Amino acid sequence: MLKKTVSVAGLLLALVLGVAAVVVLPWLGLAVLAALLVVWLAFTRAGRQTSSVTAWGMSTLPQRWGSVSVVVLGIAGVVGVLVALLAMGRGYEATFRATGSDQRAIVLRSGALTEATSNLDQQSVMLIGQMPQVARNARGEPLASPEVVVSASLTKRGGHEGMAQIRGVGPRVWAVRNRVKIIAGRRFRTGVRELIVGKSAAREFAHTAVGSTLTINGQPWKIVGEFAHAGAHDSELWGDVNIIGTAFHRGSSVQSVTVRLTGAKAFDAFKAALASDPRLKVQAQTTKAYYADQSKGMTHIIGILAAVVAGIMAVGAVAGALNSMYATVAARTREVATLRAIGFRGGVVVFSVLSETLLLALAGGLVGALVAWLLFRHFTASTLGPNFGAVIFQFRITPALIGEGLKWALVIGFVGGLFPAVRAARMPVTDGLREL
Amino acid sequence: MKFLHLVWAALNRRRARTAFTLLSVVAAFLLFGLLESVNSVFAQVGNSIGAAHRLVTVSSGGLMNSLPLGLQNQIRTVPGVQLVTSETFFGGTYQKPKNFISVIAVGPKFWDLHTSLKLSVEARRAFDATQTGAIVGAALARRFHWKVGDQIPIKAMIYPRKGGSYTWMFDIVGIYHASKPLMEQQLFFRWRYLDEARLFGSGTVGWYVEQIADPKEAGRIARAIDALSANSGHETRTQTSSAFAADFYSQYVDFGLIVSAVMGAVFFTLLLLTGNTMAQAVRERTPELAVLKTLGFSNRTVLALVLAESVLLVVLGGAIGLVLAGATVHALQAQMGSELPMMPVGAGIWLRGLAAMVAIGLVVGALPARRGMRLSIVNALAGR
Repeated sequence: MLKKTVSVAGLLLALVLGVAAVVVLPWLGLAVLAALLVVWLAFTRAGRQTSSVTAWGMSTLPQRWGSVSVVVLGIAGVVGVLVALLAMGRGYEATFRATGSDQRAIVLRSGALTEATSNLDQQSVMLIGQMPQVARNARGEPLASPEVVVSASLTKRGGHEGMAQIRGVGPRVWAVRNRVKIIAGRRFRTGVRELIVGKSAAREFAHTAVGSTLTINGQPWKIVGEFAHAGAHDSELWGDVNIIGTAFHRGSSVQSVTVRLTGAKAFDAFKAALASDPRLKVQAQTTKAYYADQSKGMTHIIGILAAVVAGIMAVGAVAGALNSMYATVAARTREVATLRAIGFRGGVVVFSVLSETLLLALAGGLVGALVAWLLFRHFTASTLGPNFGAVIFQFRITPALIGEGLKWALVIGFVGGLFPAVRAARMPVTDGLREL
Repeated sequence: MKFLHLVWAALNRRRARTAFTLLSVVAAFLLFGLLESVNSVFAQVGNSIGAAHRLVTVSSGGLMNSLPLGLQNQIRTVPGVQLVTSETFFGGTYQKPKNFISVIAVGPKFWDLHTSLKLSVEARRAFDATQTGAIVGAALARRFHWKVGDQIPIKAMIYPRKGGSYTWMFDIVGIYHASKPLMEQQLFFRWRYLDEARLFGSGTVGWYVEQIADPKEAGRIARAIDALSANSGHETRTQTSSAFAADFYSQYVDFGLIVSAVMGAVFFTLLLLTGNTMAQAVRERTPELAVLKTLGFSNRTVLALVLAESVLLVVLGGAIGLVLAGATVHALQAQMGSELPMMPVGAGIWLRGLAAMVAIGLVVGALPARRGMRLSIVNALAGR
């Protein structure tokens, strides 16, 4: 009785330790563990026994492809879904990351969290531009772009209505946001109703080809160019700030001013200068910090969704793996008993069954990650951003994500393999030999 | 039916295996129930004009664009419209920037339209009589220890006052109650106060809410309201309030796609898993099936027995999964209120779930059942 309690406790301890090791250890730690394992397998008596028993076990895989595929594909499903969902979150985050820079700062009304809730009058815009930390062009004009962001309902290519983000920008925006490149047509002219459209927005919304006329709120706008940007601006339409402010009843005030700083180190001085001017009630952030903040909430929600969905699927996959491995062990009762009878230790049997399951799990994880990569590596999705306009982004499958998926696979394999492995080692030898 | 105990005995033959298989089926249908619960919210977008007593009119440019006040009187004259009120998003923070409050400026008929928000007669009278009066939700009042008679400063998110200050003072004249704490989180004040004191945007409102007499007329009334401002520079779009909410959510994510991709992966692995279990089960029981046949069970009965076993297994697990999903959604809604984008796991989801369960059970059982039906008694009994 006592012995049984102790052994159950030991088993649970092994379970917790194993799972914790996979979850907590970085990949380097796991690699060291694996290397130690290889040394053990190659240079000790028990290790050599284990590897030969495992190799023999693996050689019988083709005979039981049914239960093998349950383990492999069950885990592949979990990892595939997990990687795909996380890739969505990572893609959204990356889109915002690519929009920010240390060299640029965004100035909002103090207390405002997003551009949509901010408001700056003309005097503030002028004062912000006069700060010495703002870079200037050859003619001595400040590289500052006063901007408004509005959202408007446009027809999508599919026929549904969707919110597009329209940004009114200042005349020197090209020097401020210098990674925006015109790829077709030309820039919009100031003072007229012209728009240029981001590459992603052009793919998403109808009537946005260069040369066509887009009707927004009953007013015609001419599309004169298309631009590309690696970040969130690619989902936007741009026009002259004054024209857009008037058309959308914003009056003469703007929402934000984005400036190019004289250098990445100038930000602290810029922030202090704004704070010390009694005429200004504003706050500044580098666009790097601002855009990282903007994506946080959504990335968090997607992370939770991925964990919940993959977690429930993992329970199913563990059950499937347990079933298959118990069946495998049961089918090998006689062989295992024979091994034990000629002197192989119980631990050898445990290790060989466990490592077989882990290898299958790893294979499943790789299959799942590969399928997710094949299906979603060029997949684009659209959602509403913090300013209630569409943000279009591409799924991003990174090596780190695949690593995460493989960790889940190893955990599932470990849980699903440990109990059957121990059962195999515990079977009384005499009963096993009598089994037919 | 009389062979039910046989099917049951077969499932009980290896309890551990049945339990593990059930666990996977439960997990799969728990996920199905939860995802479908969210998906039903989005699916409403399609039947946009459903039966509802309330319509919402927003600018065709989207919620963030305002509408002229003058439209209100025109909407009131549309046949079938009983009540109209305007609502304008104000937003605000109290004391700290982190303490965000949903503050809405409302027209005089607001409380007649939103009867689910319960308010005392005195509070209503005070609200109508006080320019700076505000009515706050019970949960919100508890959070900040507010009581009737308090004067509170709120920092506006969007609108500065004339003179440039963002601080607005409100006198709390009443507290409203609702069925869920999450619906008691708002502060309502008079649109007239906003309009007379704000620096810009005067004469405009955020959106209109209409109460209509006959839900079946919703489509016609919505078109009539939109016709009022056609080609005017501030065109509108009118929808039922549920369609409006669904439209809003669907902008966030193409949820249908995620659901079908995930459920595809889940059901594929489930097929494989239960299929494998059934194949094992039938293989093990070959001699027993042979005995049944010897006793005179027809081929067709043996086929039906195996099929019944697999269908029972999947339906049992699936039902447990859906019950769990229903309980989870219920618990989440009790916690977070009805604004959570999830629908209760109702008859529609159960029907689709049951169809999926039976289909999976039949597909999974088909091959093993055929094997059981075709086995030759002599070979099976001899263990060949």
